[in-house]
Amino acid sequence: MARLLAFKAVIIINVLFSVCTDLAYCNNGRRGGDPLETEMSGFSVPLEHSFELDDVAKFQSRGSLLLKTGREPSVSLAQNQLSEDDRAKLKEVAAVDGLYRIRVPRVFLQADRQTEWQMEGYLTAFVRACAMVESHLSDVITLHTDVSGYLIGVSIVTLPGACRGTEVEDEVDLEVFNTTLSIMAPVNAPGPETALFLERMEQESEKKGKNPQEQKSFFAKYWYLILGGAIFLMLTNSAQPPAGGGREQS
Amino acid sequence: MAKLILLLLELCIIFCVVHAVFEDQVGKFDWRQQYVGKVRFSHFDTQMQSSKKVLVATESNVFAALNSRTGELFWRHVDKTGPEGNIDALLHHAQDAILVVGNGRVLRSWDVNIGGLNWEVLLDSGSFRSASLVGQQGTVKHVAVLKKAFISVHYLSNGHQKWIENLPDSETVDYQTVYSGGNGHVLVLGVVPHSHITIVVYSMEDGEIIKQVSVEAPWLSNIPASCVVVGQGILMCADSTTMSLNTLDLHQQTQMTQIPLQSLGLEADPDFHPSLMSHQPNAAQKPLSEFFLQLGPERYLLLQLNNGQIVTLRDFNPALLASFATTGEKTVAAVMSPKNKTVSKSQISLLFLDACSINLFSADTGRRLLDTTLIFTVDPNGGKPEKLHVQAFLKKDDSVGYRVMVQTEDQTLTFIQQPGRVMWTREEALSDVVTMEMVDLPLTGTQAELEGEFGKKADGLFSMVLKRLSSQLIMLQAWIAHLWKLFYDARKPRSQVKNDISIDNLSRDEFNLQKMMVMVTSSGKLFGIDSKTGAILWKHYLDNIPSNAAFKLMVQRTTAHFPHPPQCTFLLTEILYISFFFFFGGRSQVTPPALPQPILQSLMLPLMDQDYAKVLLLVDDQYKVSAFPSTKNVLQQLQETASSIFFFLVDSSQGRLSGYRLRTDLSTEQVWEVVIPTEVQKIVFVKGKRPNEHVHSQGRVMGDRSVLYKYLNPNLLAVVTESTDMHQERSFIGILLIDGVTGRIIHEAVQRKARGPVHVVHSENWVVYEYWSTKSRRKEFSVIELYEGMELYNSTVFSSLDRPHAPQVLQQSYIFPSSISTMEATLTEKGITSRHILIGLPSGGILSLPKMFLDPRRPEIITEQSREENLIPYAPELIIRTEWFINYNQSVSRVRGIYTAPSGLESTCLVVAYGLDIYQTRVYPSKQFDVLKDDYDYMLISSVLFALFFATMISKRLAEVKLLNRAWR
Repeated sequence: MARLLAFKAVIIINVLFSVCTDLAYCNNGRRGGDPLETEMSGFSVPLEHSFELDDVAKFQSRGSLLLKTGREPSVSLAQNQLSEDDRAKLKEVAAVDGLYRIRVPRVFLQADRQTEWQMEGYLTAFVRACAMVESHLSDVITLHTDVSGYLIGVSIVTLPGACRGTEVEDEVDLEVFNTTLSIMAPVNAPGPETALFLERMEQESEKKGKNPQEQKSFFAKYWYLILGGAIFLMLTNSAQPPAGGGREQS
Repeated sequence: MAKLILLLLELCIIFCVVHAVFEDQVGKFDWRQQYVGKVRFSHFDTQMQSSKKVLVATESNVFAALNSRTGELFWRHVDKTGPEGNIDALLHHAQDAILVVGNGRVLRSWDVNIGGLNWEVLLDSGSFRSASLVGQQGTVKHVAVLKKAFISVHYLSNGHQKWIENLPDSETVDYQTVYSGGNGHVLVLGVVPHSHITIVVYSMEDGEIIKQVSVEAPWLSNIPASCVVVGQGILMCADSTTMSLNTLDLHQQTQMTQIPLQSLGLEADPDFHPSLMSHQPNAAQKPLSEFFLQLGPERYLLLQLNNGQIVTLRDFNPALLASFATTGEKTVAAVMSPKNKTVSKSQISLLFLDACSINLFSADTGRRLLDTTLIFTVDPNGGKPEKLHVQAFLKKDDSVGYRVMVQTEDQTLTFIQQPGRVMWTREEALSDVVTMEMVDLPLTGTQAELEGEFGKKADGLFSMVLKRLSSQLIMLQAWIAHLWKLFYDARKPRSQVKNDISIDNLSRDEFNLQKMMVMVTSSGKLFGIDSKTGAILWKHYLDNIPSNAAFKLMVQRTTAHFPHPPQCTFLLTEILYISFFFFFGGRSQVTPPALPQPILQSLMLPLMDQDYAKVLLLVDDQYKVSAFPSTKNVLQQLQETASSIFFFLVDSSQGRLSGYRLRTDLSTEQVWEVVIPTEVQKIVFVKGKRPNEHVHSQGRVMGDRSVLYKYLNPNLLAVVTESTDMHQERSFIGILLIDGVTGRIIHEAVQRKARGPVHVVHSENWVVYEYWSTKSRRKEFSVIELYEGMELYNSTVFSSLDRPHAPQVLQQSYIFPSSISTMEATLTEKGITSRHILIGLPSGGILSLPKMFLDPRRPEIITEQSREENLIPYAPELIIRTEWFINYNQSVSRVRGIYTAPSGLESTCLVVAYGLDIYQTRVYPSKQFDVLKDDYDYMLISSVLFALFFATMISKRLAEVKLLNRAWR
C-alpha cells in the first residue's frame, strides 16, 4: 500500500464580516461579533469531481467539505489523493482537451436542523483538464452564498491557469490537491456618501470663516482696480468726442 | 445644501464641455414623429363645413385632434398609462368633447378648437357602464353617466352635477345602457341575465323615477352587444340562438315582439352572431328608423322599421364594413365592399384583397348615390380594413360628398378623398416599438462597381486596365451628374428642393451618418425607416402575432458583402416563427426552417457561410442545437470550433443560470450551473455587453503615470435580482457579475433597502444601475468598475478559461433627482470618444449624462494626483443640467427604449429614442473633434494660405537677389 496521507486544506475567509466592520453604517444589526452567539455546529457535504474521455459527467467523490453554519459560515476541506488510475485518466483527458468538473450539493447554511440543510440539485463548475494537470492540481475553489445563506454557486480556477503543453510527472505532481478554499458572501454595495461630504463642506466653510481675508467682498478687495479702470475709461471717453466731432464737421 | 449645489455648479463649469444645439441647428440632424396609438373612438368635427379636425381617443390613453388635410396633430393629450388613464367613452357635441377616463373615475370636457380643458369633475367610485348625451327640446345640455349602482347627470357647460340617483335593485340587475331620445326622459336599461330586462325611466328635470318596467328576455345577457334603439324609442335586439330580431317599444310595451329572420326572407350564417348598428345623428333627436344588420362576416343589410314592420332596403353582399354619416339634414350609409379578390394557391389558399370600393347610399331609401364610388387600395404589406370612419359634407349643389378614414388591422389610418386619392396615412403601429436595429446603407452603384472589380478574378493585364478605365469613367459620369444636380438645385428656392427618398436611390453617405432603422412593433408590423428623414421606406405586416410575443431581431448579413443583400432574422420564440428578410424590403428567398420545438436561446456566431451570412444557432428545449444556414461548409466550421462555443440559459422562474458547451455532433453538454433560490430573490435582468462594442484603451493612466488596467471580459454578464420580500427594511437588490463561459461569480453585491424597477447599462468594464432607495425615498445611481490591477495578466488575448485572478471591484453611489424610464450608453465606431449615458426621463427629456460623473474613483479628498488625473471630486448628488438634454423641447412621450448606433465618424453616435413618439438625433459625447464646424471660415484659411504662399515665393526671390548682390560685391 502506498502511503496514504490525508491532506487537509483549511482556509477560512469570512468576507462578509471583514467588509461589514469597515462600513459601520450599513451594518444593520448584522455585526455578529458576539462569540456566544456563533454556533459551532456544522455539517459536511461531499465535493465531487468528474473527468471522462467522452465528456459524459460521472461524478466521484473528491473529498468532503466541512461547513460551519451560523452567522459567519466557514468551510474546511478534507480530500483524498488521486489514485494511479485517476492520474492516468486525468492526463489522458488533458491530452484531448477535456473538462475537469466539480460539483457540490445545494445547501442552506443558516438552517438549524439537519433536514433543512439539504436542498435539491447541485452546483457545478469546470476547468480545462490540462490546466488542472499543468498547475499540479493547485486550484482555487470558491463557494458563493447569497444574502440569506443559500449556496448559489461554486467556481474553480487553477493557478497558473494556462495550458502550455508542459510535461508533468504524475508521480510527484499529480498526487495531492493543493487547494485554496474560501466561502464568499455578497458584499454590501455602498450608498451615496452624504454624511462625509457634508462634513467636508462644513470644514471648508469653517476654514473660510477663520480667514478674514476670504470674507471680504469683491468690491472691498478690488476697489482700487475698479477705480483705476473707471478713471481710465473716463479719460479715454473725454478724449474721443472732439476727434469724432471734428470728423463730422469736415 | 445651497453650498453643495454651488460647489457642484463650479465643478461643472470647470470640467464639463457644454453640449447644446444652436437655434439654426434645430431639426437639422434630428426629427421627431408623434403618434397616438390604436384608435378606439373617432369623431369628425362637423360643426363647421370648413373644419379640419378628426378627434381620436386611443387605446394608448391618448386624446388628440388630427388635421384631416395633412394627418398632422393639432393637439394631443397623453394620459396615464394603464387602466387609470383608460378612455372609456368619447362623446362629441359642438365645441365640446366629453371624455370618461379611468373606468369612470373622471369626467372631462375638452374644447375641440384649441384642445384646452373646459372642466374636469371627479365622479363617485363605481365601475363605469355607459355614458350618453342627453338632449331636451332640441338642445343638448347634459351628459348622463351610468355606473354600476347609480346614474348621474351633469351640465355640459360646467360639469356640475344636476342630479344623482341610485339605481333600483342594482345588486341583482346589471345596468348596461343609458339612452335618451330627446324627450325629457332618460332611460336606463339593465338586464338580469337569462331572465328579464329592466327599464327605468327617469325624469330629466329632477331625476325622479317615472316608470319602471320588467320585460321577459331569457336569452339576453349583454344589451350593448346585441341591442340598439331605433326610431321612436324602439329597442331592437338580435338573438343568435333563434335567429330572430326582437322589438320592444320602450315607452309602451311590456312584451317583446319576435320577428324571425326567415320571415324577412333572410338566412344567417349559423356560426355568426348577428349584430345591429343604428345611428342617432343628434342626441336631441330620435335615432333613425333605418339600421344595419350584419348577418355574416361579409354581409350587411340596410333595414328600416316602419310601423312595426321591418323592410329590407338593400342587401350588401359582399360588404366588409358599413357606417352611417350625417351632414345637415341628410344621412347617408357608406358601405365598403371588396372589389376584386384573387385567390392565391401558393399559400394555404389565402385570400388576398387588392382593392375595396366604398359607395354611398341614401339612408332613407337605400338608393345608391351617383358618383360616390371611392377606391381604397389595400396595401399588400398591411392588414385588412377594420373600421370605417366617414366624414360627409354637403357640396355646393346640395349633393353629398364624403371622405373616409379607414382603419386597418395593422393600426394604420388612411384618409381617402374621392375618387380614391390617399390624402395621408398614419402608421400608428409605430407608437409601440418593441425592438429595433440599425443597418448601414449599401454602397452606390458606382462604388459597387469598383468593389465588384476587386472581387473578380484577374484575367489579363489589358482587360483589367480596360475595366478600371470603364469604372473610372462611370465614376466621372456620376460625379458630373451630381455636380449638375447641385447646380440645378442651388438655383431653386430652398423649399422646392425635395429629396425623394426611395429604396432605389438610398446609398451610404460619406460618413455613414444615414442608416436604415428596422423597427418591430408589438402589433407585428415591421418598418424600414430612413434615419435621416424618418421616411418609411418599406413595411411588412405579420398577422396572427400574439399581443405579448417576445420579438428578436438579428442582423445576419450586413451591407459589407456586395452583391449579397443585407439580411436580417426575425424570431418569435413563442409561436415558433422565424423569418429571414432583406433590409430593403421583402422576405428573403431563403426558406425559413420549421421549428418543431420551443426555442430557448438563439445566438449569432461570428462564423460565416460562403454567402457571408452569419451562422444562427437555435437551442430548443431538448438542448438540441440547429444551425442556420446549415450548409456543409457551416457544419464543418462548427465542428472545428465547437469546443470553444459556450452559451448560457436563464430560467428565471427557477432562478437557474446554466452554461453549456457545444459538442461536435451539435448536441450540448452542461458545464456549469448557478442556482439563485427563488424564495429569496428573483432574477429580473441578465445583461451582457453589446457585441459591436469597441474599447480603445486597455487602461487608465493614473496621476503618478502608472496604468490601471481595465478588466475587459467580453463574456461578462450582469445579473440583477430583486428580493421577494418587499418590506422596505428588508428589500434589497442583488448584483451578480458572472462569467458567461465558466460560470464563475466574479462579484456579488447587495444593495440593501433598495427596490426596483432597476435599469442597467453594462459596457466596457463598468455596470451602471439605478434603483429606488426605500430608506431615503429617492432614486439612486450606482456604478461598479472592474480593474485587473497595475499589470495585465495576458495582454494579447482574453480568455475566460485562463484568468485566474479576480478583478478589483470599485463601487460608488449617487443620488439622482429624477426617476427614469430607460437608460442606454452611447456607442462609437472605435471607442475613443468618451462615453455618455443617455437617460430617458418620464418628463420626455433625454439626458446625456457624462460617464465621468459616474466614476467610482471620484475622490472624496482632492489630492494632487486625482487632480492630475482629471477626476471630479465626489459629490453625492448628480445634478441634471438643462444643457444635457439632447432633445431640447422635442419631448418624447412615454419613452420606452433608446437605441444607439455608431456612425462612420468617431465623434458621432446616432440615437433613436422610442416610446409613444420616435425621436432620432446625433450626439457628440466629446464634441465634434473630427469635423469642421458648419461656419468654418474656408475663405479666411485659404486666403491666409495663399498669402503665405506668395509671401514665401516673393521673399525667396528677394533673398536670391540679395544673395546674388552680396556675391557680386
